[in-house]
Amino acid sequence: MHNLTLAQTAQALADKQFSSREVTQHYLDRIVRFDKNYNSFITVTADLALAEADAADARRASGKADFLTGVPFAHKDIFCTKGVRTSCGSRMLDNFISPYDATVVEKYRAAGMVMLGKTNMDEFAMGSSNETSFYGAVKNPWDTTCVPGGSSGGSASCVAARLAPGATATDTGGSIRQPAALCGITGLKPTYGRVSRWGMIAFASSLDQAGPMARTAEDVALMLGAMAGFDPKDSTCLDRSVPDYTADLNNDLRGLKIGVPREYFGEGLNANTAEQVQNALREYEKLGATLVEISLPHSSLAVPAYYVIAPAECSANLSRFDGVRYGYRCDKPQDLNDLYCRSRAEGFGEEVKRRILVGAYALSAGFYDAYYRKAQQVRRLIQQDFIEAFKQVDVIMGPTSPSPAFAFGSKGSDPVAMYLEDIYTIATNLAGLPGMSLPCGFVDNKPVGLQIIGNYFDEARMLNVAHRYQRVSDWHTQAPTEISL
Amino acid sequence: MATEHQRIERQQVEQLARLARIALDESTLVRTTNSLGDVLALIDQLQAVDTTGIEPMAHPLDAVQRLRADVVSEPDQREVLQAIAPAVQDGLFLVPKVIE
Repeated sequence: MHNLTLAQTAQALADKQFSSREVTQHYLDRIVRFDKNYNSFITVTADLALAEADAADARRASGKADFLTGVPFAHKDIFCTKGVRTSCGSRMLDNFISPYDATVVEKYRAAGMVMLGKTNMDEFAMGSSNETSFYGAVKNPWDTTCVPGGSSGGSASCVAARLAPGATATDTGGSIRQPAALCGITGLKPTYGRVSRWGMIAFASSLDQAGPMARTAEDVALMLGAMAGFDPKDSTCLDRSVPDYTADLNNDLRGLKIGVPREYFGEGLNANTAEQVQNALREYEKLGATLVEISLPHSSLAVPAYYVIAPAECSANLSRFDGVRYGYRCDKPQDLNDLYCRSRAEGFGEEVKRRILVGAYALSAGFYDAYYRKAQQVRRLIQQDFIEAFKQVDVIMGPTSPSPAFAFGSKGSDPVAMYLEDIYTIATNLAGLPGMSLPCGFVDNKPVGLQIIGNYFDEARMLNVAHRYQRVSDWHTQAPTEISL
Repeated sequence: MATEHQRIERQQVEQLARLARIALDESTLVRTTNSLGDVLALIDQLQAVDTTGIEPMAHPLDAVQRLRADVVSEPDQREVLQAIAPAVQDGLFLVPKVIE
């Protein structure tokens, strides 16, 4: 059952080959059996899942099922789930039982989907390796000595290990695409404003965007359709109709113009990763696409601009965690200031504190123009690079991450070494463009991701482009040997 | 551990920690000062870019804040919201005494 894709699972439920309770129980059993090896879940909601599965089966029996009704999946533990702990990977929220549902959670519930649990992540989504989680690092199912990527490492790992057919995730600088690449699955970060951020714990509000992870582009298309749409509760959400993302999956690619940015194939890119990506590009040529060399001249400024903007927004967003209204409170505070300072010192991990301090620095009196305003100007230069490129091409392709999954601890104590992991993904967040990653090969038995960047609201085309590749390749069907049984 | 390229002084980090309401002990302070220096070296690369006349970008699609009608949209959920608070009394959030 776990070798079926999410779309196949939905079809099998519609064909009554098995019930939602059966497939849900199957995945819950697998989580118990295997997740001790991966640590991809923070919370498993077995009782709730079975109750939702029974409700889904009853809904199907009454003829009111949607296509995704009864399909199990996992939520990243950044989405507020009413009555269920929502930790965001942090000690700060270890005791936080959300009093409400995020819009994404409400939408999946309305579709009758079955939540298996909440997945592990870098603390407050700040990290590229899942090593900053309060609940311990997630392991990569392809090689358990290696990281799964981050911040959505638990979501990526559980899908790769066949512990769920799909999972929700979020992406502020690469947190869907990079772990999807490192775990050999498919993930999509939509256009900024496509999916509601309401109830999604904020890291950097002008960059954060939710999206799906699954094994195939078709699965991702289904999950995105159920997730996207206008929400009056999110003032940055855009009021645009949601297309049927599966409708154009099989469109012909003849005449497609693929931009290949030379800046994405330069120094710092692993040669073997580059080769796999080049092979995928040649495959696209066989499918009738044309490769066009392009330039995104401000690419090298994306990481520096991001590490001003994201920390600045994070320092503002995370000021709400003060030990007063919810979350962690230190023992025996001496006075109110001690309560704030120690609750935050003890509740937050090192990377989160570092980013808050960098943000406080960038926003402090006298530095605002030199850092925050400057970064916002560079952000526009980066966006203009893409706008120019999309005058010539339909999609842009390149590597998702500079190398395959790396060993735990291997980035050392310099935070900047970890930041460079997102060198190819960050620019799309700054520009607000959609980006996705899909498997395109292996290096040393570890998966490599091909990144597709699309124009604003062009997710349907990106999914079409990814799906046509998956029809002629089998990278996305491969599973880590120990869990393929 | 001052280096030639020290970007930030320990006193500045202490001031930032005060502003951000984060207690830093001695060993964390030293480590944080060093790693903040690494991050500041990264973001200082921006200073070399000529951004004269470039409008800063706040929203990727230059959307402006949407306004809604000024009507009550949220019900009172005080009990629910206070059920998860560390300490409450008489419907109020409890903190250490502020005024002696």
